[in-house]
Amino acid sequence: MEFSAEDKVINTLKEKYEGDVLHIESPYNFLTITLKKERIVEIIKYLYSHPETGFKYLTSIGGVHYPELNQIAVVYQLHNLIANLRVRLKIYLPVENPVTETITSIFAGANWMERETYDFYGVNFIGHPNLKRILNVDDMIIFPMRKEYPLEDQTREDKNDSMFGR
Amino acid sequence: MMERVENGSKPGVRMAEKPEGYEGTGFFATSLEKVVGMARKNSIWPLPFATSCCGIEFMATMGAHYDLARFGSERLSFSPRQADLLMVMGTIAKKMGPVLRQVYEQMAEPRWVLSVGACASSGGIFDTYSVLQGIDRIIPVDVYVPGCPPRPEQIIDGIIKIQHLVETESLRRRDSQEYKAMLNKFGIE
Repeated sequence: MEFSAEDKVINTLKEKYEGDVLHIESPYNFLTITLKKERIVEIIKYLYSHPETGFKYLTSIGGVHYPELNQIAVVYQLHNLIANLRVRLKIYLPVENPVTETITSIFAGANWMERETYDFYGVNFIGHPNLKRILNVDDMIIFPMRKEYPLEDQTREDKNDSMFGR
Repeated sequence: MMERVENGSKPGVRMAEKPEGYEGTGFFATSLEKVVGMARKNSIWPLPFATSCCGIEFMATMGAHYDLARFGSERLSFSPRQADLLMVMGTIAKKMGPVLRQVYEQMAEPRWVLSVGACASSGGIFDTYSVLQGIDRIIPVDVYVPGCPPRPEQIIDGIIKIQHLVETESLRRRDSQEYKAMLNKFGIE
């Protein structure tokens, strides 16, 4: 039986980390694997070094805030440049204390991506060499991409309801 | 401004009009304030602080077609020390705020500020956590130019309004208590 490239990734992952896989889907033909948060660094290292997967390039790290679940997802996008294969890994952290380990030991390029995720979502990456804000002003006290904070600047005076007939 | 002018001027060149005064054979008397105002008005050195699309309009304003040089402002100063007019053109992010403020503080008196476009004047469409909602929250502004972005004609109109302020400003204004109090409101000096 011939396996598709995606199946190979899934099978390679399940060989060793079957118990960590929570959910597998392919929205817009993009393989997305939801994992338990505990062993994410180990799994990324495994997918990096295994010859069958070979995800040696980190495209991006980002965050998603799900207020209805009261959770923050951290999304990793990995790329196998030789086979042109991509995968998205997703872990969920509680909003009250979003903590996970850094992957800067595997990808040096994760440094700024994790700083950005910290800057906008407040995710604490344990072991990160320099976890501070990267884009926003240093004295900002909120994590602006979390949905509990209003998008608009609250100090603006020229946009009151009477101007919009409300 | 290409028009033939009588009384001795070169054809095609219009000189600044002389201020009110007393004239006789071999002398001309007027107030110092008027002479200084006339000189300053026609030699404003702008510092362009261009961050986005309004800056592109400014480039057109400086170009041959619109030619801000006609108003005595062909000499842009990229050092705030030598600039008379700070032209803020574009979105100022909150992180850029302290930089803009430092540039303003480095300018020598007398100094003027022209806020070009909706973003610099009020934050514009960027009503968001990362954008300064108008530069007048951190530095005093003399003239606002509306538009998103404003056309070069509008920027020139703003410059002419600045010229009017420069020409008619009292030489003692910058020493007055009111002026100092105004600066103190912004936490400057």
